[in-house]
Amino acid sequence: MTVRYIDEFRDRKLAETLSRAIHAEADSGRSYRLMEFCGGHTHAIFRYGILDLLPANVTMVHGPGCPVCVLPIGRLDQAIQLARDHGVMLCTYGDLLRVPGVERATLLKARAGGADVRMVYSSLDALALARAHPDRQVVFFAIGFETTTPATAVALLQAKAERFRNFTVHCNHVLTPAAISGLLASAREAETRGEPGLAVDGFVGPAHVSAVIGSRPFERFAAEHATPVVIAGFEPLDVMQAILMLVRQLNDGRAEVENEYTRVVCRDGNRKAQALMDQVFQLRPSFDWRGLGALPASALGIRDDFADFDAEKRFTLSAPDVADSKACACASILRGVKKPTDCRIFATACTPDTPIGACMVSSEGACAAYYTYGRYRDAAPVAG
Amino acid sequence: MCLAIPARIVAMSGEGMAQVEVGGIVKEVSLALVDDEVTIGDYVIVHVGFALSRLDPEEAEETLQLFAEAGALPAAGGPEPLQ
Amino acid sequence: MDLGRKAFPRALDLKSGRIELGHGAGGRTMTQLIEELFESRFANPFLAQRHDAASFPVTDGRMVVSTDGFVISPLFFPGGDIGSLAVHGTVNDVAMAGARPLYLTCGMILEEGFPLADLARICASMADAAAAAGVCIVAGDTKVVERGKGDGVFITTTGIGIVPDGVAIAADRARPGDAVLLSGTLGDHGVAVLSRREGLSFATDLVSDSAPLHTLVADMVAAVPDIHVLRDATRGGFAAVLNEIARESGVGITVREDAIPVAAAVRGACELLGLDPLYVANEGKLVAFCPASDAERLLAVMQAHPLGRESAIVGTCTDDPHRFVQMQTSFGGNRIIDWIAGEQLPRIC
Repeated sequence: MTVRYIDEFRDRKLAETLSRAIHAEADSGRSYRLMEFCGGHTHAIFRYGILDLLPANVTMVHGPGCPVCVLPIGRLDQAIQLARDHGVMLCTYGDLLRVPGVERATLLKARAGGADVRMVYSSLDALALARAHPDRQVVFFAIGFETTTPATAVALLQAKAERFRNFTVHCNHVLTPAAISGLLASAREAETRGEPGLAVDGFVGPAHVSAVIGSRPFERFAAEHATPVVIAGFEPLDVMQAILMLVRQLNDGRAEVENEYTRVVCRDGNRKAQALMDQVFQLRPSFDWRGLGALPASALGIRDDFADFDAEKRFTLSAPDVADSKACACASILRGVKKPTDCRIFATACTPDTPIGACMVSSEGACAAYYTYGRYRDAAPVAG
Repeated sequence: MCLAIPARIVAMSGEGMAQVEVGGIVKEVSLALVDDEVTIGDYVIVHVGFALSRLDPEEAEETLQLFAEAGALPAAGGPEPLQ
Repeated sequence: MDLGRKAFPRALDLKSGRIELGHGAGGRTMTQLIEELFESRFANPFLAQRHDAASFPVTDGRMVVSTDGFVISPLFFPGGDIGSLAVHGTVNDVAMAGARPLYLTCGMILEEGFPLADLARICASMADAAAAAGVCIVAGDTKVVERGKGDGVFITTTGIGIVPDGVAIAADRARPGDAVLLSGTLGDHGVAVLSRREGLSFATDLVSDSAPLHTLVADMVAAVPDIHVLRDATRGGFAAVLNEIARESGVGITVREDAIPVAAAVRGACELLGLDPLYVANEGKLVAFCPASDAERLLAVMQAHPLGRESAIVGTCTDDPHRFVQMQTSFGGNRIIDWIAGEQLPRIC
């Protein structure tokens, strides 16, 4: 039985067709270094073995587009503080439960130590828990890019409408365009220090982030940095088609925003979701990103109108400033100037079970995906 | 990031909620983000319990067509296909 | 037993009664629970001996013994419950040595306040599962913990079985060139259980694949006595089995995604929750390694058995010092199948 709009986009025959086209059109006299910003694309690339279908001169750089990976340890520590020291019922998505924070503490370990940590599938499930436990303070620890932010907005609007007194949100929502800007800025800084800058010729743009914000916000990048962007779905054929479109743009000397994911993404995005986000959230002047450092206007906080529902206002939390590990090469890996295997601690000190850098933290991270799915490329030939 | 998958709306449950189906699995999701533009039978992209946007079936067909045609459009003056 | 029953003034209230601390305290209350709930359902000549230890004759061949604890939430799930699971799980562990399971023992830890009706249902389910599997529950133990110190009921079963002479199935016997066979669809149990878990609930017709595999194993061993490895793919799923065997046997393993059967509902749930069917638990599926020359014969026997209809040859062992488990994807690429880091959690990204 086929699953509609999923299986068609994983078809092997079409993959071969696209692979042939990419081989045919990629100019063997040059290289194509393409960054997929999103962890979703990274996941697809390794999960389906897309690298095996690309010519050697088309290489993929795995970007920082995983909200769990880029969450600073200090913020994660606040989640642990809330659960452990403030006795709240801490609700969050499953992705975050195993991520290690200060001194390797995790939310799962906090739970083992008696804290009330709940995995939820949706922000509305957290709200339902608050409704079911009026005697408990329920905190939803919100993470995610623009895709996930509207769901948090809806929960906050409902909480306000129903005058919840025991529901707050610890907001860690971050912005994709700002992250790409930050990446480009850090690359320029590296260049001024005489180090390699950004080794990327084109971007595979976000799928579901773009479903919300549209393709328009990426037009500025394409123009300012003379770099093509192709918005692509997360299915493997989407990724391959986007690669083909980027190869064609680079061959033609174009630097445009193109949209491969037209079945879901339009230029303006989801205006209703944008309006809901705008109602509830405001820009933070600056926000720390694990692996990238402080980036201006790169994250959202909760508006004053909703201050009663802001966990950072209701609870006194310390903010430990935890620097990224010196041994870790994440910053260079995220700019594409190093591969995971170039990092001294990759697969030795830094593994998915004991992550040190941002890129190893979640299965979406560049190093974790490389570790889980890609190591054989450098180790053992694939048996026929 | 942003795991989201296409699912078909099979029933409206009222209060801005709907039941969606994928591979025989039925799950309740919120329609709060998709206006009133969706109806039973439509495919929506589901993320963290919310329909994020409607999937346009015609655009999907066109994209699949593009994949199929990719091999048939050799770039002018490009290198020969590798086999 | 008839005499004993008269010793209790009132029969157990199986409608609204609950477990009390006294049910584990060794007195009359406990005796009544054991007689009316356990012995009446598990009745067999060994239990009827009424000793603290069951005795039974030792037959030819090698004996195998295996023990397993069962904790599951929810206790009742589509396709089974903790009772049937506790029988199937241990029967299967014994069977994976190529053995015929004969006897089970059963230890129950009950939480104060647990409804007797639920316990009766679990006991009936255990009794049915044991009868269907042809094993006797020959000894048991009951303890009660205070309310809040258990999760309703925990069950530990130990199984004893006999391996026929000439069968030498072991985890370290896979060799390069061996075929890898899988007895059916992956992930049915894990997804069926998840579908009823608080906070995740979704609707599906899918039921757990929980089943005793020993008759399937008996047919397999009869047809191909030189099966190298058998393992049931429970916690950690198919991926865990492949990695365990690769490590124990010192081989690489390559499987083909195309060949691995997965039910549509499992695929749907995995897409929705961001899970990988390779890592989802099964309770009625086994993985077999045998010489390539025996693979087709083994496959035919497996497919002829009701619990192996969807069996498939899914891969081969390779000579690989890294002991990597790899998959040729349906898409045409390759990926590594690693051990899972901890429990697989639903994810949003």
